[in-house]
Amino acid sequence: MSGVGPLEAHLRERRDAGRKLLIPYVTGGLGDQWLDVLWAMADAGADAIEVGIPFSDPVMDGPTIQEASQKALDLGATPIGILDALRDVDVSVPLVAMTYYNLVFRTGHRRFARLLADNHVCGAIIPDVPLEELDDWARAAEDGGVETVLLAAPVTPDDRLAELCRRTQGFVYGVSVMGITGERQALAESAAVMAKRLKAQTDKPVILGFGISTPEQAVEATRDADGVVVASALMRRMLDGAGPEDIGEAVAALRSALDTAG
Amino acid sequence: MAVDDSLMGMPSASGRFGDFGGRYMPESLVPACLELEEAFTEAWSDASFRDEYARLLRDYGGRPTPVTDCTRLSERLGVRVLLKREDLTHTGSHKINNVVGQALLTTRMGKRRVIAETGAGQHGVATATACAMFGLECVVYMGDVDVERQALNVFRMKLLGAEVRPVSSGSRTLKDAINEALRDWVASVETTHYCLGSVMGPHPYPWMVREFQRVVGEEARDQCRELLDGADPDYVVACVGGGSNAAGTFAGFVDTNARLVGVEPEGGAAIGHGVPGVVHGSRSFLLQDEHGQVLEARSISAGLDYPGVGPEHAHLASIGRATYVSAGDAEVLEALQVLARTEGIIPALEPAHAVAWLLRAAGTDELPTGSTVLLTMSGRGDKDAEQVMHLLSP
Ligand SMILES: Cc1ncc(COP(=O)(O)O)c(C=O)c1O
Repeated sequence: MSGVGPLEAHLRERRDAGRKLLIPYVTGGLGDQWLDVLWAMADAGADAIEVGIPFSDPVMDGPTIQEASQKALDLGATPIGILDALRDVDVSVPLVAMTYYNLVFRTGHRRFARLLADNHVCGAIIPDVPLEELDDWARAAEDGGVETVLLAAPVTPDDRLAELCRRTQGFVYGVSVMGITGERQALAESAAVMAKRLKAQTDKPVILGFGISTPEQAVEATRDADGVVVASALMRRMLDGAGPEDIGEAVAALRSALDTAG
Repeated sequence: MAVDDSLMGMPSASGRFGDFGGRYMPESLVPACLELEEAFTEAWSDASFRDEYARLLRDYGGRPTPVTDCTRLSERLGVRVLLKREDLTHTGSHKINNVVGQALLTTRMGKRRVIAETGAGQHGVATATACAMFGLECVVYMGDVDVERQALNVFRMKLLGAEVRPVSSGSRTLKDAINEALRDWVASVETTHYCLGSVMGPHPYPWMVREFQRVVGEEARDQCRELLDGADPDYVVACVGGGSNAAGTFAGFVDTNARLVGVEPEGGAAIGHGVPGVVHGSRSFLLQDEHGQVLEARSISAGLDYPGVGPEHAHLASIGRATYVSAGDAEVLEALQVLARTEGIIPALEPAHAVAWLLRAAGTDELPTGSTVLLTMSGRGDKDAEQVMHLLSP
């Protein structure tokens, strides 16, 4: 893949049309309605959807995603099962897989990239693969046509940030806070700083994630960023028994807040 | 730092020992790993740091530890058994060697808070001890299964002023305590040092912790030569959880002709039964399912209850320089009693694994009659007395 891939092209086009981007997350294999949740998210105005492929040891995740991952695993979720289930799903917005490296490594880089691409997943987020360890996966991903989204953190120094922005594909994922995933009362002060620093470095879409739970926080985050990922707040609802319709409503509320603020 | 052409010298720039190691860490923690690598590299080539470290190990830690010639056990087994007595250090295990080094580094980096994971509680106790001595805040993560089976160590940590946070996720043992410590670190990295307890994790930990444990092997080699008229032992044996006491021991003998043997627990034999994988920052052997989900280890010994192993051991195994065997719970319990009765030394359950292999292998092709063995007695059995009492009561 050279130049701009389909994920980035899609997000750029929408951003350049003045839209704030919304990327909800769903844990693959969480219950028997997660595919319906995916559809509901798309229908409610998601610009892309992050599909979590659960791992036994999710060190970047807080209690909610840990619980969602463990529950999905207990229900028998496997990477291949989740990706297979996506084969016939054409939700018209790009899907991005979020997982941890050992699942990729165990499956094999090339085979994993092919599994993603063959099942409509055009991007991958693997938080425990930093720049230093990126090459093996990135080569396989490029050959397979998968865009690799890199994470930037508040502590990332400027020179590293520049390199991250150069190598990320699809968008750049700004971690809004020094911490793990999970709902928070207020948006961290580091969020705006992170977004501004990234915007100063790159023209690629800048998406903030981690701790963005409410429509108000989403609006606040997109003052500087191009969009947000919302994960724990939605998964908390699913764990509490919410169905596709409820999740759709929550995503619609985020959507309308972003649209009216913009 | 001088180029070191020993087999157990510096890892590559990317922190690799052959195919193993690396730095598979979230971006939020990479700058801290880079900072730590720089701080350790600089400190380790600074004579004043080394002097201070050696002084603390001597005056506070009780080094050098002796090597004990076990005449009764030797007679019984037909092999000469020498024990490197890390059980005689302050706090009762080799863990103190690493922790004193990391506590010194913590203050050198200007950090005031230390977090650690612990399985058996020995690393937690050692960390709490060093933090008390240096006046550092200390939080220790411990799986709640281990909190229960190592209750005495939990109390010791609290006495030493540390906060113990039980971990109830996953298998609720060492692996999950590491996950939780990493989650703390992501949020606290600017003020906090993560004092990892073994030769695992992202670069520079496997290298740094081995260097802080190298003192075990270097002392033992010199002591053996004194006892053996300049000769080296034929076999050098240590138990392997993450692998720090084994790595420190092996580092002193890797350039001799001694055969190096690591003993894993049967229910957590990452090298014996695992396949290559990546968890907690490095590529090594790992107990995992066909999809890459990490499996739970199961061992009588909390300190060895870990599905992975330090990357340098994976390397030493793959090039054949060290051999890794395993011991099961029942023979470990038996070995603990045999050593207690024949030598008056009650080992911790972890090094009792090494003793179990010794008892099983002595007189076979694996360990022929007449050989000399140096075995690292990594810790004393006090912490396990209550658990063993329950296991042995009919
Ligand atoms: C006495 C003792 N030996 C060995 C170990 C295992 O650690 P390692 O393999 O890093 O030496 C522990 C861990 O808690 C221990 O307490």
